[in-house]
Amino acid sequence: MTAGFSLNDVTLGYDRHPAVHHLTGSFLAGSLTAVVGPNGSGKSTLLKGLIGLLSPLDGRLERNGLRQRDIAYLPQQAEIDRSFPISVMETVLLGHWRTIGLFRPITRALRRQAEDALVAVGLDGFGRRPIASLSTGQFQRVLFARMLLQDCPVILLDEPFTAIDAKTTADLLAVVTRWHGERRTVIAVLHDLDQVRENFPDTLLISRKPIAWGSTAEVLRAEHLFQARQMAEAWDDRAEICRRSVI
Amino acid sequence: MDPYAALIQPFVEFGFMRRALVACLALSLGCGPVGVLLVLRRMSLVGDALSHAVLPGAAIGFMIAGLSLVVMGFGGFIAGLAVAVLSGLVARVTPQREDASFAAFYLISLALGVLIVSTRGSNVDLVHVLFGTILAVDDASLLLVVSIATLTLVVLAVIGRGLIVECFDPGFLRAVGGPGAILHFAFLVLVVMNLVAGFHALGTLMAVGLMMLPAAAARFWAGQVTTLAATSSAIALAAGYAGLLLSFHANLPSGPAIILVAGGVYIVSVVAGPRGSLRTRFLPRRHLEA
Ligand SMILES: Nc1ncnc2c1ncn2[C@@H]1O[C@H](COP(=O)(O)OP(=O)(O)OP(=O)(O)O)[C@@H](O)[C@H]1O
Ligand SMILES: [Mg+2]
Repeated sequence: MTAGFSLNDVTLGYDRHPAVHHLTGSFLAGSLTAVVGPNGSGKSTLLKGLIGLLSPLDGRLERNGLRQRDIAYLPQQAEIDRSFPISVMETVLLGHWRTIGLFRPITRALRRQAEDALVAVGLDGFGRRPIASLSTGQFQRVLFARMLLQDCPVILLDEPFTAIDAKTTADLLAVVTRWHGERRTVIAVLHDLDQVRENFPDTLLISRKPIAWGSTAEVLRAEHLFQARQMAEAWDDRAEICRRSVI
Repeated sequence: MDPYAALIQPFVEFGFMRRALVACLALSLGCGPVGVLLVLRRMSLVGDALSHAVLPGAAIGFMIAGLSLVVMGFGGFIAGLAVAVLSGLVARVTPQREDASFAAFYLISLALGVLIVSTRGSNVDLVHVLFGTILAVDDASLLLVVSIATLTLVVLAVIGRGLIVECFDPGFLRAVGGPGAILHFAFLVLVVMNLVAGFHALGTLMAVGLMMLPAAAARFWAGQVTTLAATSSAIALAAGYAGLLLSFHANLPSGPAIILVAGGVYIVSVVAGPRGSLRTRFLPRRHLEA
């Protein structure tokens, strides 16, 4: 199987300060991987690096021919203006961006797909509601419906189920499983380890550096989790230049 | 006075009133949607800043060609654009936010404009530049105002979707590779263009009024981008019509009369509009079944 992303001693961070460093490995095409680690361990930073919002401070990150628009990305904190006067349907239709772009018309077929996507995330009949009137969980479902339409080979999710109830989580996890069945590459940042064990074949455990990467059962062992908790969250303004070489 | 004489006759009888009304119609069509987008992008005060920024360009145009609205408009357009580009550049290259860089450049521009006007013109000219001369709109400037309105509507039809997405979910636009910076700049060009159009009729100080007041009022009547824009245009047109009559009958300057009518509509909307107004807040109706 070809690699979706391959990382060779990649360091990502801000202003020369590494958030996560010396990461080597690959996310295979069609794999379903959970990224796990404590707060501030660099999980969101890693996703930003994968999609290209952040360039590596060091090392090589290969996207193997994936263009930015082949990657659907659900940020941890979307910069979405929730008070904007736009309906649920119009928001979901944006998922067709690759087809409609700036100018092309929205056909009836595209509209029907958007309705189907709303049904798939359990929001049948919500199309005309303004997004300002939705609860957090309902809005998260809207974003999932939009990603369904984006129809991307790679999907990155940053804590998609935080503040989401059990039923919605189950529904959205079903969507993730469906993506996996369609052989898309899915990478999700998660905190609920039981959820990871049940639904994600592979896991990357990081805590500012890679702790373990591989099959979930292998990675989520007690000693690895203990190691991850020992993370130094320190940001030293006068830190020395890192001299570690490739692991 | 019978209603015909009060409401219609001035426009039948006087060519300058007819031209002023057509100018108001064209202004309303362009300013309505542009104002709504400004409000939605939380850039209401940027409109204000840009309207002041056009002053030095207009003043230089005035010095070159006298009270030629076309030359003054062109100068104003260049000055407004310069401020928009410079402040946009500072905001993108340095960590300073756009509101602060806008304030800095428009203040420089405004001071320059006042300086030019005060050293070279008489006070009467300053009043013309600041408050406009809608009752003296000639054919050339009418053509300019109408062209700007047409161009605005065409451009909005083309880039409207992009502008909405860029405002509503900029992260998404970036992720799908949309041209966010280009859209933002194209929109600023539209704002400056419409301010120049309005400045012909209403003066640099008042031009932004016909853009912002109807858009701010529309929020209390409509809940979608398209209906907001339509409502805003309708309010602007009504304010133009009523303001012209007011200035005609009471012998008042037209610019402030038009803007004050728009201000009146805004206050009525805040108090009594159907969406989120004081009335809906303090006189709630019984709740529904589901
Ligand atoms: N924009 C930024 N500028 C500077 N430092 C940042 C920025 N964003 C994150 N960091 C730092 O990078 C480190 C990793 O942050 P990141 O957001 O990747 O953590 P995370 O693993 O996603 O944590 P969480 O579970 O809290 O979401 C943190 O130490 C954080 O302080
Ligand atoms: Mg995070």
